[in-house]
Amino acid sequence: MAGIKIAIVGGGLAGLAAAMKIAEAGHSVDLFSVVPVKRSHSVCAQGGINGAVNTKGEGDSTWEHFDDTVYGGDFLANQPPAKAMCEMAPSIIYLFDRMGVPFSRTNEGLLDFRRFGGTKHHRTAFAGASTGQQLLYALDEHVRRHEVAGKVTKYEGWEMMSLVLDDHQVCRGLVAMNLRSLELKAFPADAVIIASGGPGLIFGKSTNSMVCTGSAVAAAYQQGAKYANGEFIQVHPTSIPGEDKLRLMSESARGEGGRVWVPKNKGDKRSPSSIPESERWYFLEEKYPAYGNLVPRDIATREIFQVCLQGMGVNGENQVYLDLTHIPPETLEQKLGAILEIYEMFVGDDPKRVPMRIFPGVHYSMGGLWVDFDQRTNISGLLAAGECDYSIHGANRLGANSLVSCVYGGFIAAPAAIEWAKNVQRNGSNGIYDQETKRQQELNDKLIKQSGSENQYKLHDEMGKIMTDNVTVIRYNDRLKQTDEKLLELTDRYNHISINDSNLWATMALPHARQLKNMLDLARVITLGALNRNESRGAHYKPDFPNRDDENFLKTTIAEYSGEGPVFSYEPVDISLIPPRKRDYSHEKKETAKA
Amino acid sequence: MNTVEIHIKRREKPGAPQHWEIFEIPYRPNLNVISCLLEIRKNPVTKSGQKTTPPSWDMNCLEQVCGICTMVINGRVRQSCSALVDNLDQPIKLEPMTKFPNIRDLVVDRSQMFDHLKRVHAWVELDGTYDLGPGPRMDQEDVMERYAYSRCMTCGCCLEACPQYDEDHYIGPQAIAQVRLFNMHPSGAMDRDERLQGIMGDDGITNCGNAQNCVKACPMNIPLTKAIYEENRETVLYGLLGWLKK
Repeated sequence: MAGIKIAIVGGGLAGLAAAMKIAEAGHSVDLFSVVPVKRSHSVCAQGGINGAVNTKGEGDSTWEHFDDTVYGGDFLANQPPAKAMCEMAPSIIYLFDRMGVPFSRTNEGLLDFRRFGGTKHHRTAFAGASTGQQLLYALDEHVRRHEVAGKVTKYEGWEMMSLVLDDHQVCRGLVAMNLRSLELKAFPADAVIIASGGPGLIFGKSTNSMVCTGSAVAAAYQQGAKYANGEFIQVHPTSIPGEDKLRLMSESARGEGGRVWVPKNKGDKRSPSSIPESERWYFLEEKYPAYGNLVPRDIATREIFQVCLQGMGVNGENQVYLDLTHIPPETLEQKLGAILEIYEMFVGDDPKRVPMRIFPGVHYSMGGLWVDFDQRTNISGLLAAGECDYSIHGANRLGANSLVSCVYGGFIAAPAAIEWAKNVQRNGSNGIYDQETKRQQELNDKLIKQSGSENQYKLHDEMGKIMTDNVTVIRYNDRLKQTDEKLLELTDRYNHISINDSNLWATMALPHARQLKNMLDLARVITLGALNRNESRGAHYKPDFPNRDDENFLKTTIAEYSGEGPVFSYEPVDISLIPPRKRDYSHEKKETAKA
Repeated sequence: MNTVEIHIKRREKPGAPQHWEIFEIPYRPNLNVISCLLEIRKNPVTKSGQKTTPPSWDMNCLEQVCGICTMVINGRVRQSCSALVDNLDQPIKLEPMTKFPNIRDLVVDRSQMFDHLKRVHAWVELDGTYDLGPGPRMDQEDVMERYAYSRCMTCGCCLEACPQYDEDHYIGPQAIAQVRLFNMHPSGAMDRDERLQGIMGDDGITNCGNAQNCVKACPMNIPLTKAIYEENRETVLYGLLGWLKK
């Protein structure tokens, strides 16, 4: 089957994993990325990648990993793909090992594993504290090798604007924009895999990189792709607040023994080192004796948030201590060096000597494009992989499961895309490429011409603020309604923006304006999905509905685009392998029988 | 100080002349250069009240790990995300890197760096990506040494600082350090010769003038001069061996 061409949108871990597999199978890839692929957001992942290799004599197994994943996700994940991912995880780690990723080693020269949240096992392989960077580079290197061999063509500095659908609603390629010349061009393909990452920028400041707008996903959604579980947004418990973004402080800091605390006395002004042990409140260890500081992220985040709401934060502010000072500096340097450098660089204190001050920050979207168990969306010929798809993590993602799910998604999407491409009927495509390019050109021209008084960056700030205030850790229905009203107002004001750059060469203004509209559409999906879900599950927490409600809400939220806003429906969750049980991290997890 | 004064070297498009523009924004604690640029682009008006176009620059991770936001700040090449206003002399002068084609304002095209990675075969040759079990066992000390090289984010600071690097006359420290990274790996070493050939041409490793600017400019503290020393030795041995075989 010579002549198959697959387009991949996004050059992070998922996109590169898929590109590598497709090229290895002898087919051609067009790879689109807003930034050079080596600069993708995957580089920000720090702590490690999960895989139950069981080299620590702890009786770990892929089933145990699967159970931790499903339990941590509060039973909203479809179980078969989560199980398949956990089963593939050890071989993914070994593959990266063969590629030369400098994973940390044991005395015998074997791969070392550290602990992470939501598990009692040492299951996380790591390369210092820059694991995402190291894994991405390994894939970048191998895709470059295929590029040299002529199998992969990179379009770096091109952003996907829309899909090209034929008369039968089959995806036949995409339209992308050159971010320097603003040229719009259609790229025919036998299948398209979207691997464009998360939508963190909807919340203004997050731990995400500036490319994480969710814009490509929103474009697919507008063209008929279903978006699932949008309301499930992970807020990471430990980030470093900043003027421009919230910088991640990896969970591995707690995996290596870091402790979260605040002074027991409200407003205690003493320096942390002069506060004696007896006057510190280790609130996670106290409330969750079985898991302590390594409870899953949704729980740690809520606890830190509540402590600060009660005015118990350090200096009465929104911050708590994350303390590593009891660990030998050499150990910290070797196992956490990269993240400690980030803290010191941006805050000025040395975390080896002074406890870090941290606060929760928007981090990851469990929700995303709806896909089946082969990563296929509801649009024929369109697949998705990585953070931009909704599978695997349910209502809350466990730390170090994102890297493995990205690679897993890419590895499943690649053969599924090839399979589709082999059998696709290539008809009904008369003029579709020109037509879609023209439609995109008109959207650009309209934005360039209009000269309203609204400022797109201020609209983005307003969206980010209200989303962060009302659609993150604690959610109330009245505030969710207000948020949706605000989003509608912003959408209306969007029609009166002026892009404010008369030099269109390499402008940042037009691409941002296009992304902003897409972000507004996804923001409504997130907000209304949250409004409709009257229960608390994983990262979605409503004080007015504090319990998980399996009877009414053990189901996947599906949003479909319409001109009047998202239309919601629900579908059952596949719980065929592990029956749902109550999450309780104050006690040891009860072992489940193997299916 | 209630304001921050920022001078930006502007260029409309490739080939257009460069000129300076002066901006002023309100001071806030913990500003970095990126925050200043974000503030300026919201309302691009110069200090003297002249409406202008918003400056263009590259940014992504903002954690100094993607390398994209590199520029010359007060005469020193570095990432703009980790350049904190409180630690900088004012006025803050922002210029694009000079060793790469300047696209617009502070944006440059560093694709030549990625081309160099192709030339030196900066990868481990695999039989395939299917499951073949774990890789070779390794000593943690060797891993640590490789890890240091593996943190290179292709930002270009070393090339900007290098007096020898200028377009195509010298391949430069980043590619040589990647040769070191892969030649140190047990499976990677099997393709050592290809990599050495990649740095032995007219623009190869011998063009290093030993100024040692690269290692000082590297934001990731990569031991670039050590890599150059080690690879120089390897290329000499390889050359000698090739000559003896003749």
